[in-house]
Amino acid sequence: MSLPEKRNARILVFSTEKISDPAIDMAGLLKLHYPPTVYTIAVPCSSGIKPRWIIRAYEKGFDGVFIAADGSDCTYGETCTEKTGQIVSRTHQIMKEKKIDPARLRMAAICSVCSEAFVKQIKSFNQYLLQSLSTSS
Amino acid sequence: MNSKIGVYICHCGGNISDYVNVEEVKSAIADEEGVFLAKTTMFACSDATQKEMVEDIKTNELDGLVVASCSPKLHLVTFRAVAERAELNKYNYVHANIREQVSWAHSDDKAGATAKAIQLVKSAIAKVRLAHSLDPIVIPSKKAVAVIGAGVAGMRAAIELADMDCPVTLIEREHFVGGRVSQWDILFTTNQTGKELVTRLYDAIISRENITLLTGAEVVASSGSIGDYTLRVKTTPRYINEMCDPGNLQKAIDACPVEVPDEFNFNITARKAIYHNFPSEYPQYPVIDIKNCTRCGECEKICKSVDFSQEGKLVDIKVGSILMATGFDPYTPSDGEFGYGQFGNVITLPQFKRLVDINDATLKYRGQVIKNIAYIYCVGSRQIEGSESSTGEETRGDGNIASHDISGDNRYCSRYCCTSVIHAAIEASRKFHGLNNYHFTRGIRTYGKQELLYSESLKNGDIYLQSYEDDPPVVYLENGDTMVKINDIMTGRQEVSVKADLVVLVTGMVPRADNSVGSLFKIPKGRDNFFNEIHMKLRPVETVIDGITIAGACQGPKNITESVSSALSAATKSFSYVSKGELELEPIIAVIDGDLCSWCGLCAEACPFDAISMVTKGTKEIAGINNSICKGCGMCLPVCPVNAINLTAYSDRELESMIDALAEQMK
Repeated sequence: MSLPEKRNARILVFSTEKISDPAIDMAGLLKLHYPPTVYTIAVPCSSGIKPRWIIRAYEKGFDGVFIAADGSDCTYGETCTEKTGQIVSRTHQIMKEKKIDPARLRMAAICSVCSEAFVKQIKSFNQYLLQSLSTSS
Repeated sequence: MNSKIGVYICHCGGNISDYVNVEEVKSAIADEEGVFLAKTTMFACSDATQKEMVEDIKTNELDGLVVASCSPKLHLVTFRAVAERAELNKYNYVHANIREQVSWAHSDDKAGATAKAIQLVKSAIAKVRLAHSLDPIVIPSKKAVAVIGAGVAGMRAAIELADMDCPVTLIEREHFVGGRVSQWDILFTTNQTGKELVTRLYDAIISRENITLLTGAEVVASSGSIGDYTLRVKTTPRYINEMCDPGNLQKAIDACPVEVPDEFNFNITARKAIYHNFPSEYPQYPVIDIKNCTRCGECEKICKSVDFSQEGKLVDIKVGSILMATGFDPYTPSDGEFGYGQFGNVITLPQFKRLVDINDATLKYRGQVIKNIAYIYCVGSRQIEGSESSTGEETRGDGNIASHDISGDNRYCSRYCCTSVIHAAIEASRKFHGLNNYHFTRGIRTYGKQELLYSESLKNGDIYLQSYEDDPPVVYLENGDTMVKINDIMTGRQEVSVKADLVVLVTGMVPRADNSVGSLFKIPKGRDNFFNEIHMKLRPVETVIDGITIAGACQGPKNITESVSSALSAATKSFSYVSKGELELEPIIAVIDGDLCSWCGLCAEACPFDAISMVTKGTKEIAGINNSICKGCGMCLPVCPVNAINLTAYSDRELESMIDALAEQMK
């Protein structure tokens, strides 16, 4: 008898090469498990993510997008947090216009050693998305 | 568009292929558009595979390369070098991380891990199809290194850097140099004392003009990045002028009415509020412990060098690289752990070593002459997850049973303690006649030449008893005597009891309790909570924070030889970041589409580096990027109302092709 397939939400993570991606690497090193349907694309800085990339992810079938932001650790400047927040706000607006639940986009500052925080955030987001998707279907 | 792409999928021994079906990944991507060849390999980073890749690229005139293996933090540089050796521009290579972010993260779900690996490799292929050749950007790198921590590792690293003609700032939080080694007496194998070793290193440091030593100094803030770090260092005063009369100073110390536990002797003795740890300690000026000083003025009456007007300072230091050598703390047993804090004659190994050093003719502790010594090994190291068999306290009639709980988070072996305690026992027996040493071990790990010490100890008549972790020794009182008993596995678990005048808990190394400087730089820590290198074997002194290296016991338990080896390695690595006075950076910069842009200024407002200004293109005003200033952060990208800005290697086409590839099977 085969076991039923484990259901997980499909999440695209935008990480940052110097700050949050090392934390995600370390989550693997520490064998901190999270759903394998979580895919990461690393960019230089979270304040350089275009809303159109996020919208593209939903259009192509991702259930959620998670921005693992630099936060106050950003090597490019103190305004990173504020600017990443503005990107999220603008994207939320576009999502509303496109009738996409804005809660399907989440952002959290993930520092280079925040592996446990990352896994916690992702698991929580996965749970939310699964509940949300089951309610809407 | 690249159309002859080579794809290599790594087993990483079994690190990847134990959880990811790499052959299935190869089959799944072999027919992707542009893929010319696809191979699996046991170790993509091996010399043989690297040569094979070079050969494949040259023979087949490949125009793109994908390697799916460990984190790019580890091998991006390796495979870029492979591309360059094959005369392929290194920016036509894309890395897929299928170890840290797939096989290790999803070792609980092999099918899920394989499916994810397939999509990640396809995503990398999609990106490399659109990649094109780029030239690196060159930035200046300040030829100076900050070494944090003036223990043996930090001092040796500073000397090495200075001898490579590199200015060094050596920053020590304490007022004296030498770290833990200055607390140790005779060392194995050289038979010199820790103080002699520190003195030799200190002499070497003060003889080099390009080393600036700051004691009582702590890094409180940091800004910048590799090549251009600015450290804000806070110095605390000694309250003693440098020109001082040694005789009067000693009188001032004697006159001080304050006595506090002496941390240098691990609190088994007391010291004054004005103090130095030992007469030849460097720098040779005492310090006033201002936190405990009552300002009674007794020392000022005797010694004119006392100067309470001194104030702390903040100093900014500019360096290109930072070398961390912040050392370790000895493990402190919890109350009641093998009788520690519960029975008066239970001490730790560091305390015992100081006791041997400071006693002269007879070994005494708290006035009692010591003859029988029981050493309990692996206290605070090789701990196991809590279980009934390894924890708790035995119930006995007298109620005086010490906890023998060996559960905890320190799963690692501290490596140095077996050698250190056996050496201490030999030295104690040499100094004080008639000692009986009983070693309660969990197996002896005197690796390499240190085995000679174990052999000498056995010849001396030391008794070795051994137990497993599920049945550790027990410390208890019997008729007023401290007893240690063990079910000795060397004699078929026969119960053996020893009356001990002194119980020495052989404690291991733990990370510094105050590791705030590591948190300041956000240096990752491993499962053992020591600072983590990028790779134990391949990049053993580098951290993921560019330009910051680690050396000595801040990275994990090490003996002096191992600490110095890592210090030399870290010094060489840090020097490589600053030696040329310039560094090659990624040519990732913003690019303006002149046809779409009609200057609005929002991108210039968003740029934190003032790299964008208005330029004229024909009759049109558009944004212009100063390539030498642009850092490639991308902050200008999302603010453009007409989407006229892209980042090299992160263009809309590249990112969206990656997203499409990842989402391929979702709809």
